[in-house]
Amino acid sequence: MSARAPKLAEAASIRFRDPQIEMAHGAGGKASRRLVEGLFAPLLFGNAPGPLGDAAEVEIGGTKVAITTDSFVVKPLAFPGGSIGELAINGTVNDLAVSGAKAEVLVVTFVLEAGLPTAVLETEIRAMGNAARKAGVRIVGGDTKVVEHGQADQMYITTTGIGGLLRGVTIDPRSVRTGDKVLLSGPIGDHGITILLARGELDLQADLGSDTRSVLPLVEALVKVAGQGVRWMRDPTRGGVATSLNELARDCGLGVVLFDDQVPVRDAVRGACELLGLDPLHIASEGQFLAVVAAECADAAMNALTSAPGGSEAQIIGEIREQPAGSVLVTTLYGGSRIIDMLVGDPLPRIC
Amino acid sequence: MRFVDEFREPELISKTAEEIRRLAGTERHYCIMEVCGGHTHAIYRFGLKDILPENIELIHGPGCPVCVLPMGRIDDGLAIAQQPEVIFAAFGDMMRVPGTQGSPLEHKARGMDVRIVYSPSDALRLARVNPGKQVMFFAIGFETTAPSTALTMMRAKAEGIRNFSVFCNHVMVIPAIRAILESPDMRLDAFIGPGHVSTVIGCRPYEWIAQNEHKPIVVSGFEPLDLLQSIVMLLRQLRNGEAKVENQYKRVVAWEGNPAALRAMAEVFQVRPYFEWRGMGSIPQSALCVNDKYGEWDAEQRFAVPGIRVTDPKGAQCGEVLKGALKPHQCKLFGRECTPERPVGALMVSSEGSCAAYHNYEHRKAAMVTSLSAIA
Amino acid sequence: MCLAIPGKIVEISSDNKDAALVDIAGVRRKIDLTLLQDDKPLPGDWVLIHVGFAMSKISEQDALDQMHTLQSLGESEAAIQEVSGLSADDAPPGGLA
Repeated sequence: MSARAPKLAEAASIRFRDPQIEMAHGAGGKASRRLVEGLFAPLLFGNAPGPLGDAAEVEIGGTKVAITTDSFVVKPLAFPGGSIGELAINGTVNDLAVSGAKAEVLVVTFVLEAGLPTAVLETEIRAMGNAARKAGVRIVGGDTKVVEHGQADQMYITTTGIGGLLRGVTIDPRSVRTGDKVLLSGPIGDHGITILLARGELDLQADLGSDTRSVLPLVEALVKVAGQGVRWMRDPTRGGVATSLNELARDCGLGVVLFDDQVPVRDAVRGACELLGLDPLHIASEGQFLAVVAAECADAAMNALTSAPGGSEAQIIGEIREQPAGSVLVTTLYGGSRIIDMLVGDPLPRIC
Repeated sequence: MRFVDEFREPELISKTAEEIRRLAGTERHYCIMEVCGGHTHAIYRFGLKDILPENIELIHGPGCPVCVLPMGRIDDGLAIAQQPEVIFAAFGDMMRVPGTQGSPLEHKARGMDVRIVYSPSDALRLARVNPGKQVMFFAIGFETTAPSTALTMMRAKAEGIRNFSVFCNHVMVIPAIRAILESPDMRLDAFIGPGHVSTVIGCRPYEWIAQNEHKPIVVSGFEPLDLLQSIVMLLRQLRNGEAKVENQYKRVVAWEGNPAALRAMAEVFQVRPYFEWRGMGSIPQSALCVNDKYGEWDAEQRFAVPGIRVTDPKGAQCGEVLKGALKPHQCKLFGRECTPERPVGALMVSSEGSCAAYHNYEHRKAAMVTSLSAIA
Repeated sequence: MCLAIPGKIVEISSDNKDAALVDIAGVRRKIDLTLLQDDKPLPGDWVLIHVGFAMSKISEQDALDQMHTLQSLGESEAAIQEVSGLSADDAPPGGLA
């Protein structure tokens, strides 16, 4: 999370009142937002940082670049479809892509647990190298720290990426208008459910893998065709589609209406969610992105996505309306509807 | 998904909704209570209130086994788990429920060994693979879940697993319905009966509601077509002045219930003389505890339990909302001191809790300017 | 209370007749069949699963009956009205349920 055009001014009053940090503060939902807006923003970003996006645009010596950073903390390190190394590369490339930037260089920080087998580390480094080559991004430096055994869950990785702005597109939630369409690049929830199952605590097996990949090629295909018609993009990682769209609704002050039957979800993800009482709209994806495009570009945008490699399952999943202002509404074919909120903390399985 | 998708078929739903509108007419106001929290959740999840006519009022009953536990019981369970060798295992539903010193997840953040399990058998597995620890399973649920806890304890006994115990908070649905009907401020016409509890207890236990109280009750499934069909069946009875027990959920509920499940419960549990229900006071013969035969696996016998009665915080009206006497937004703390992020009571935490559902769904929809019919 | 969902029995465990592998839209889990010991299910049967235990067999026939009932909603009422000239309010009790 970063602030657009940060202006360092006198720190505003701190609004964050929680006495201690909980897991919920890192889950990407309401609690995370409270922490960033209530503690970090006033002290670090100045008084009025504007809507918080995935990357920040800065001007250095007359050249505009985008910069973003992200930490990767995942257990287990390796899972069907990927590992922490790939997430670390693709995650940052994607944050830049959905901010309308092409990642050029990354720096990487490792926090390693003493006792971590070198073979495990080597596997992740190789995975990072491959992912970086595939994403067309160079790793130009980094740092390593080692902490005592028992800390760092084997390894934590942070990547910081810098990229040039894609021509012809300006991402700003304030440019969203009623009638705009909400597009989704493909099925959601693969990553989150894969991780949940890979932990082994729930004793479920499924033929499912993480969807981690760079979405930059799809973003470029979309921007090429829709240009300024692309108002806003986001990759629905922690907190899922519901959290991302709630942030949008808050930032643009309009309503986001989703069509329940149009949201693509793989059968296995749906089955796991039904079994565990989870909502796919709250589950993380690592290889998909949301885009809000002007109504008149929507058809061309969809064609561009579905004909690009990896974009065949893209769908229009909703649209922007006046109401419910600031909220996300999910509608069904038979006329039922429900408001869906951001996640409070991590999605928890339930039996009731 | 089979046996799921068919019951969510949009055309059939519209057709059934139309039949409801036809039967409900316009002159009479119907108050129907769905007892089971799973039904409350389904009603919100599928947006069923949007397609029901205005004169059918659905009132949420106390069928949320998490919501009805007084804060003191949460504290008791957490007190046991304070001991260093204890692993606290519970369903995800329990994890954010506030005790006076915080929820299980907050205790986990402070160092307690807290594990989420999907099944009581997962908790038993934890005991098997952690022989040096004591696994305490915080058991919740109505009669749907009690047989599974019972079977797990029978397995623990058969395998001689000594480092496993159950803190039993299983509650019973019939005493809850009785308490509702005895409540002076209740005006109900009919009940949607709990579908999954009934797979265990059958439909016979509801006969007194129809015969003595003259209220129709239809045991219902959980898919949109199940709930809507149940409402059709209730309306037909009400219009004809009938009161009987009907089984809408025939594909899984047998009139006599599940004898093997009832046997398992009888083997391990006995009925507590009384049990404290949040906001509803002490209800006799309304909850289960572990019997002497399985005493060795009863957490309340193995560990010292403080047993302190904790009254709900000042202003909290969990009990009245649980009974359906108050709508969630009528509680003074609703949306102010009590929100899903900072819940005062379990009704704001539990996915079945009517306050959480109301806060997230109704409250915001009520603020919408455009009529909902324009949206679909 | 009671999140329970339908799953199809894929195989009965060879070393424990009370355990089975069940499939829910491609997700698999081992479940306990002890509660159905009076009417043991076979691979291919559908069961209702709650907290890792099978609670009941699902009757395909009853499900089909229900669908049929719902599909003919309103039709029988209309037929009765036509035949006997009754208004909706005077329709005979019981209906189709």
